[in-house]
Amino acid sequence: MFATLLDRLRALLLAILLAAAFALPALAEPFEDAVAKFANDDFSDTDEAIGAVATSGNPLAFPIISALQDGRLSADPDTKKVFVTGADGKIIDAATGEAVDKLPDNAAAVRLNNRLRRAVEAALGGLTLLSPDPAKRIAAAQSVFRSHDESALATIDGALAKETNKAVKTAFTEARAAILLYKADAAEVEKLESVAIVKARGDQEAMALLTGLGSDLPPNVARAVTSAMASIQSNLAMWSMVQNAWYGLSLGSVLLLAAIGLAITFGVMGVINMAHGEMVMLGAYTTFVVQEVIRSRYPGLFDYSLLIAVPLAFLVAGAVGVAIERGIIRFLYGRPLETLLATWGLSLVLQQAVRTMFGPTNREVGNPAWMSGAFELGQITITYNRLWILCFTLAVFVILLAMLRYTALGLEMRAVTQNRRMAASMGIATSRVDALTFGLGSGIAGIAGVALSQIDNVSPNLGQSYIIDSFMVVVFGGVGNLWGTLVGAFTLGIANKFLEPVAGAVLGKIAILVLIILFIQKRPRGLFALKGRAVEA
Amino acid sequence: MLTKLTRDIATLSRRRWLAATAGLVLGLAAFSNAKAADDTIKVGVLHSLSGTMAISETTLKDTILFLIDEQNKKGGVLGKKLEAVVVDPASNWPLFAEKARELITKDKVSVVFGCWTSVSRKSVLPVFKELNSILFYPVQYEGEESERNVFYTGAAPNQQAIPAVDYLMKDEKVKRWVLAGTDYVYPRTTNKILEAYLKSKGVKQEDIMINYTPFGHSDWQTIVADIKKFGSAGKKTAVVSTINGDANVPFYKELGNQGIKATDIPVVAFSVGEEELAGIDTKPLLGHLAAWNYFQSIKTPENDKFIKAWQAYTKNPKRVTNDPMEAHVIGFEMWVKAVEKVKSTDADKVIDALPGIEAKNLTGGTSKMLPNHHITKPVFIGEIKANGQFDVVWKTPGLVAGDAWSKELEGSKDLIGDWVGKKCGNYNTKTNKCGGQGS
Repeated sequence: MFATLLDRLRALLLAILLAAAFALPALAEPFEDAVAKFANDDFSDTDEAIGAVATSGNPLAFPIISALQDGRLSADPDTKKVFVTGADGKIIDAATGEAVDKLPDNAAAVRLNNRLRRAVEAALGGLTLLSPDPAKRIAAAQSVFRSHDESALATIDGALAKETNKAVKTAFTEARAAILLYKADAAEVEKLESVAIVKARGDQEAMALLTGLGSDLPPNVARAVTSAMASIQSNLAMWSMVQNAWYGLSLGSVLLLAAIGLAITFGVMGVINMAHGEMVMLGAYTTFVVQEVIRSRYPGLFDYSLLIAVPLAFLVAGAVGVAIERGIIRFLYGRPLETLLATWGLSLVLQQAVRTMFGPTNREVGNPAWMSGAFELGQITITYNRLWILCFTLAVFVILLAMLRYTALGLEMRAVTQNRRMAASMGIATSRVDALTFGLGSGIAGIAGVALSQIDNVSPNLGQSYIIDSFMVVVFGGVGNLWGTLVGAFTLGIANKFLEPVAGAVLGKIAILVLIILFIQKRPRGLFALKGRAVEA
Repeated sequence: MLTKLTRDIATLSRRRWLAATAGLVLGLAAFSNAKAADDTIKVGVLHSLSGTMAISETTLKDTILFLIDEQNKKGGVLGKKLEAVVVDPASNWPLFAEKARELITKDKVSVVFGCWTSVSRKSVLPVFKELNSILFYPVQYEGEESERNVFYTGAAPNQQAIPAVDYLMKDEKVKRWVLAGTDYVYPRTTNKILEAYLKSKGVKQEDIMINYTPFGHSDWQTIVADIKKFGSAGKKTAVVSTINGDANVPFYKELGNQGIKATDIPVVAFSVGEEELAGIDTKPLLGHLAAWNYFQSIKTPENDKFIKAWQAYTKNPKRVTNDPMEAHVIGFEMWVKAVEKVKSTDADKVIDALPGIEAKNLTGGTSKMLPNHHITKPVFIGEIKANGQFDVVWKTPGLVAGDAWSKELEGSKDLIGDWVGKKCGNYNTKTNKCGGQGS
């Protein structure tokens, strides 16, 4: 409560100051010249204009620079007039602040390149250090930390004295330390203090800041910097282990998701289904169609598009699966070679069918807001899409396990796969159960497609890239055992991610394949071999 | 019911019936082909319409069909209509050679426009040499080649990779380089050239990180984290990406999700164009760069006209254009001009006539076929915009001549391709002999 009151007071103070600045006519001339440079459509002129406007102290500086960042600053190349379109759609003349009815016809947005975008960010950093919004102040402090621009020191000192928010205070202190470290005439004591502050921050950016310092430092400071770097380094090395483990879990979850449907069709039923990848692809295309409909009819529902797509993908892929089982596979039971060839041919047919219907190019499947971005946990970055996929995979696994364990269909499935004749004599319609089991496996592959559409291309080739990995996981985990698939997927994922930094992505993958071959030589039935009668059946 | 059907199909009589039908169809097809042969000039189109590469190559097939259609509206070539013969090599490299042979011997095409990957080009080379025909190859590639029967209308490394690195060095002040690529011949050769070039500019070994990934790599977490780490050494870092089409989307998504923005670590890509961007959400790619010889967003009267005609032809007002399409446009016009110049479609005559032929490119310049069978092109650096198009932020002052042999590599710096004076694709200027090192 008190803090918000202070913020308001600060905003009021700022407004008064700005109004005072606006009243000074002496500033107007060079400012107008600087603004006019935006209209030249030349990157170096724009760069100069950003510098001049940002340091002018003119109240229009902030709206101009932030409009530039958002592409709302436009210029008329003929009259050299520059306009700011406010976030609310109001247009003002950037040089004078007067309201304008509409943009001239030939006005075009002022263009930026990466160098200028950095300049804009740095300028905004200086301008928003006093913003009433604490999140903006932190962001501004971060960008000062990165740019360690000496001109911001006075502002930071002033802001630091008044700051009450703890997080913002830390950010300001760090930014101040960064500036002092790079300031040639800063006292040695101050520099040593700064090193300690940066060391305490301990992340990759702190490391970057210290590495960039160069060698012309007083010996005491240089020693402190070296020891700080060593300590940050060892801290980061520990975190990189954690990071590898997380990446491994995440890769494992993708493998598991792709393989879990195959664990049913191949693992439980024993059908070598080369078209499994195409079921995944069908799921991904279902997501695409759902998103298209939502985009054109109900844009408000976009964030729920994946939730809607999941059951639909299950139904689509499941129905195709049942059709395949009824139309092709049931004639081929007990003939693995023919099944392999027939389903492989089928996979080509499905790919080409999708290619003809949707075109050969990738289709755009967007990430809903809750699937985008990342958060920091200690020193590692965890991206939301990977986190959600991990949760989703585990949920699918648990549901599937429960289904096999506790439902009548699950019981029938297990009975049929363990002893078909006995099950038939007990009155189970085995061919119906076969079709449903295959449909279930395919449907789950379809669900996997929904999740994979978030991290991979939605193209007709989507399935191909997962089919080998899926078979690898199922065979490695032990055919016919869902728990084996789970353990197999995570083992392979984690092993892959720990090998990758050492051996590189290509060699890492080869090494994994070799390891699996050796493992299968030793234990032909995989990690968790089924025992008993089912093996003989 | 179905069991019975399968059994029926398996019986001999049914098989014989099938064979007969197939024979009849083939016979009819051959007959209609033979009939058409006299009054048209045939143009072969050798682009994959199925399999992995269909994603990129299908558009090029449409481009050639469109160009032939336009040319026929103008009255064809030498008073004859052009007729396209389209085959599908299905992204299968040996099949490329078979289909090329079929086009040249069976369909008797006068010229072939085709191939995308370097391996497909390498696999058809012996066929074009043996049967003495002409191939126009429209894609940027690794160079180190100059063949009598092939005309390279895409960019050589000095027309794409090296100007891009120059731009980053001068304008973005990049000091540290990540060379990331898919593991096959084009990225490996290009990165070898770039590494030699960077070192010649004084970049130290520890400031270069080279990384290869398998085709279709989709789990970029570790590599992006590595790039982030490599980029936080206090020096400005950029990624030069020769990552192949499909793997790019997950790569950029991971960059975006891990919070690496183009202002921190820009990525300049050589295989990402308008066509690739059309299928993805471009928000995380904003500000990243691509180097090409053509962008759809370039405003010239030629380009506006071409885009309009193309979109009308494909009946799709949103259909994008891209760099390899422009290469086909230039190559096609050059071939037509050469044929009209010698008044014949005879391969030897056309091959000799092509060097020196000029054709307008779509970005306002005039490209010329050089004696080494490469062409002159302008180089543009574009930044990805939110609408999936590129904003040109830099271009070379004039047109750049394509080098068949890289000047940066030990093995090839003395070699030139010259099919006019020396009649040789790998002439060694040091020893003055044809057949130097290299190929």
